[in-house]
Amino acid sequence: MSWFKRIAPKLLSTEPKKNIPAGIWIKCPECGETLYSKDLDKNLKVCLNCSYHFRLTAEERIASLVDDGTWTELFSGILPKDPLQFTDSKKYKDRLKAATTKTKLEEAITCGEGRMMGQRVAMSVFNFRFMGGSMGSVVGEKITRTIEYALAEKLPVIIVSSSGGARMQEGALSLMQMAKTSAALYQLAQAKLPYVSLMTDPTTGGVSASFAMLGDINIAEKGALIGFAGPRVIQQTIGQQLPAGFQRAEFLLEHGAVDLVLDRRELKGQIANLLGIMLPRG
Amino acid sequence: MYVLELEKPVAALRSKIEELRALMDAGNLESGSEIAKLEAKAKQLEEEIFKNLDNWDKTQLARHPFRPCTLDFVQHCTKDFQELHGDRHFRDDPSIVGGFCRIDGTRFMLIGHQRGRTTTENVHRNFGMPHPEGYRKALRLMKLAEKFGVPILTLIDTKGAYPGLGAEERGQSEAIAVNLREMAGLTVPVICVVIGEGGSGGALALGVGNRVLMLEHSIYSVISPEGCASILFGDSSRAQEAARSLKYVAKDLLKLKVIDGFVPEPVGGAHAKPEEALDSLKKAVLKHLGQLEKLSAEQLIQGRYEKFRQMGVFAESV
Repeated sequence: MSWFKRIAPKLLSTEPKKNIPAGIWIKCPECGETLYSKDLDKNLKVCLNCSYHFRLTAEERIASLVDDGTWTELFSGILPKDPLQFTDSKKYKDRLKAATTKTKLEEAITCGEGRMMGQRVAMSVFNFRFMGGSMGSVVGEKITRTIEYALAEKLPVIIVSSSGGARMQEGALSLMQMAKTSAALYQLAQAKLPYVSLMTDPTTGGVSASFAMLGDINIAEKGALIGFAGPRVIQQTIGQQLPAGFQRAEFLLEHGAVDLVLDRRELKGQIANLLGIMLPRG
Repeated sequence: MYVLELEKPVAALRSKIEELRALMDAGNLESGSEIAKLEAKAKQLEEEIFKNLDNWDKTQLARHPFRPCTLDFVQHCTKDFQELHGDRHFRDDPSIVGGFCRIDGTRFMLIGHQRGRTTTENVHRNFGMPHPEGYRKALRLMKLAEKFGVPILTLIDTKGAYPGLGAEERGQSEAIAVNLREMAGLTVPVICVVIGEGGSGGALALGVGNRVLMLEHSIYSVISPEGCASILFGDSSRAQEAARSLKYVAKDLLKLKVIDGFVPEPVGGAHAKPEEALDSLKKAVLKHLGQLEKLSAEQLIQGRYEKFRQMGVFAESV
């Protein structure tokens, strides 16, 4: 039995090794270039030498996509509970507390409304630093509310994913968030409102196998790891080395899973352009 | 013979009974009273054990190689089954089977995961772990059923989606996701039953129904207990602990409103009395279809949406 046991994608390290304290010099993990963090910030945290994309917090991501001063956060105050009274080496409640302390965030997603080059949009953005961006009841609920808000307000939806997948600590309730969010997207599609899915590093597991892959336009940020099963699990299963670039954004483009692979600095303009074409005027 | 740890005490008694019977047949045992006593004891012990199954016991039962599978249901509960093959794009995935059939005269589209019992079968069926083309075939058949107003029954029995190279290349995530979205919009009744192991996205891809049921000793989980233990404890052998924590058995999932009900299994489990278990399953399916048949297409879609819409537990400060 045990030789085909399934191991779900491991949450990637949530340690802030790619998050940069203000006002210091940063070494690019890709090319080794030393970068001044203020310059890096101005460049949307893209390496000035090799275009390596550092991970963004939700706050930074929103700032990179939304017109200045137009963001209104929605659905705050929806907080996780511990329906399974889940305990592993640590209690789920303690993990949540630690994540809140570390990130100063309520949960792994931030939702709101803003404008992109003038166009109103409803948006949900993952915070990977909060328990690996894992999706439990709160994340599923807030995404669903964002979609329902867009339906009511007749807005396009943008979801920026960065997640290891479903949150184990809420068991099958997390799994069901995949069905819940996807069902909401069925309604959005019926209403002919555009949905742009932006997959950033990393987008795996139950998040990729639900709303993230359901965009009218699927965009992968340059270099992002995107897939269902994690590379380590696949390697264990097939027992051979994975090809270079496996499950990277460019691999998905080549295999037809995404419409576009974009550099972070192009995202806002390209998404706004596409929305402008898809949305009828008036 | 495949005997689970939890079955061993009863199996020991039963083999003793067999020995005594052999003695009696050979004329070396005068009275059958000892046999009758042991039989009563075995029955009582089995009832006792099955009243107190823990999550790990249920995991073993759910994975039992002789537990009734989709094709057993086909054989025992349906007539005129015609299997339909292929996703029309890449290939036929034998780890999901589907086709039209009749159950007590009622038309159905039956779709289910199919694992094997022998090694050869399991290689052919990929241990019941689908590739993207399996989900795509399933959706094709669901749309076919919808077109002709035929209700859909799915039987869920998989460890999960296959974590392989080809599966990723051919868009495993997208295939599962599209099923979730499209099942939400089906205009015919959809009944889903977890009959064995309901593993993660590979299970859910057949799981967006108006009714979601489980066979009593099935499990339905976001991750396998081994996978969970390997991530959280760094040790997959601590799966028993993970099984407890994950609360993936029918009784707990009913409380969490993930499922609508479960179908009781005979004492000894579905593998011990497969026909009895399958008869109960068939009865439950027809009962639920009776309720759903009265609903319009809009009511079916709305009902399915509301059912999944309310899933989740969180706190909200006003």
